[in-house]
Amino acid sequence: MASQNLQPVPEALSPEDQERAAQLEAEGQAYFDRVMSDDSRIEPKDWMPAAYRKTLLRQISQHAHSEIIGMQPEANWISRAPSLKRKAILMAKVQDEAGHGLYLYSAAETLGQSRDKMMDDLIAGKARYSSIFNYPALTWADMGAIGWLVDGAAICNQVPLCRASFGPYGRAMVRICKEESFHQRQGFEILLELSNGTPAQKQMAQDAVNRWYAPALMMFGPPDDDSPNSKQSMAWNIKRFSNDELRSRFVGMMVEQVRVLGLTLPDSEVRFNEETKKWEHGPLDWEEFKEVLAGRGPCNAQRLERRREAHDDGAWVRVAAAAYAEKQLAKQARKHAEKEYAA
Amino acid sequence: MNPNDEVSTSSTSVWPLWEVFVRSSRGLSHVHAGSLHAPDAAMALRNARDLYTRRNEGVSIWVVPADAIAASDPDAKGSFFESPQGKDYRHATYYTKSEGVKHL
Ligand SMILES: [Fe+2]
Ligand SMILES: [Fe+2]
Ligand SMILES: [Fe+2]
Repeated sequence: MASQNLQPVPEALSPEDQERAAQLEAEGQAYFDRVMSDDSRIEPKDWMPAAYRKTLLRQISQHAHSEIIGMQPEANWISRAPSLKRKAILMAKVQDEAGHGLYLYSAAETLGQSRDKMMDDLIAGKARYSSIFNYPALTWADMGAIGWLVDGAAICNQVPLCRASFGPYGRAMVRICKEESFHQRQGFEILLELSNGTPAQKQMAQDAVNRWYAPALMMFGPPDDDSPNSKQSMAWNIKRFSNDELRSRFVGMMVEQVRVLGLTLPDSEVRFNEETKKWEHGPLDWEEFKEVLAGRGPCNAQRLERRREAHDDGAWVRVAAAAYAEKQLAKQARKHAEKEYAA
Repeated sequence: MNPNDEVSTSSTSVWPLWEVFVRSSRGLSHVHAGSLHAPDAAMALRNARDLYTRRNEGVSIWVVPADAIAASDPDAKGSFFESPQGKDYRHATYYTKSEGVKHL
């Protein structure tokens, strides 16, 4: 349930009120700390530290924006899907991503942020979303590579988030994870079919994997020693594993799966470190990552422009629906009044 | 000011929040699935169908205006739910003497 939790701060507090507020704060903090140490869940109406609320709000809204913007690279290929079956599958996937965005906006709203504010921030270019969606989808094989690598990385990231300490976020993630597995499998299948096709098709599949591999690895975020907020997020039981830990796991899974595809990963330095028992990969271009995140990636402007366009195109629908609802309400009220009068 | 500002203020902000409850199959209760914004109940139901039952997750949906729900006060955690505490005898497990007796 979305509850407006942000209590207005009174102008000036009397000493008694100040004392009372401090006491409530201390009680709230104690309760919060207990929930954390029990690995239990915080719900929207519970007391929570302001920084916890802020961190969650940023993370959940950015996640929601990513799902919404993430529809675009694939939606662009719906009209060019090679068969009716693939078209139907792609539409279902893109529709799922819209759903994921809506689940997450709802979760963010429970922290006291209005949906309009989030929408406006996204459209105004003030909000961040995953850098991965600022890369172009050049060929049909990209639909395969996106499903396999991008949704695959997302799943790896999101499964531990099902246990995030904030109830609404965890619950949204459970629903999302259930739906994501089809996304990855359909992508894998696209690549497998291309890989078993003509040499040109196989080359197209390999080319798509080559282009999406590094950006997908960067989806887990900067390396641990350059990720200042990670520690706090882990202390708050929002994050369960570090960026590098998740990235390493993901690489391990991809190594096996790429063999089944009959393709290769564009990374000669992938290896299993027997000492650390972790998968390692070659260097990633973190400068590029920062550039894309800062809005200077290949498709940032295009993605935002498209989002704005879609929002404006939908304006008349929103206006009409609101007007209709108002009319119905007035009609009902009139009927009610007539009944009263007759009785 | 850009013309879009006007559009967005008249978008979802006037649409109330609805809580969605889905009955997953006959014989089971409706369970809270999530929430959504919609201008009226009919639209809320349609949106709920599209948002929460894309994979046969339900045979029936309820939508309830979020502000029509009364909730217990989270700060009253202790006192509000105090009464069952210390009343173990309300549970079958309290009665241990009958252990091993069949069909009891
Ligand atoms: Fe998604
Ligand atoms: Fe996602
Ligand atoms: Fe997905």
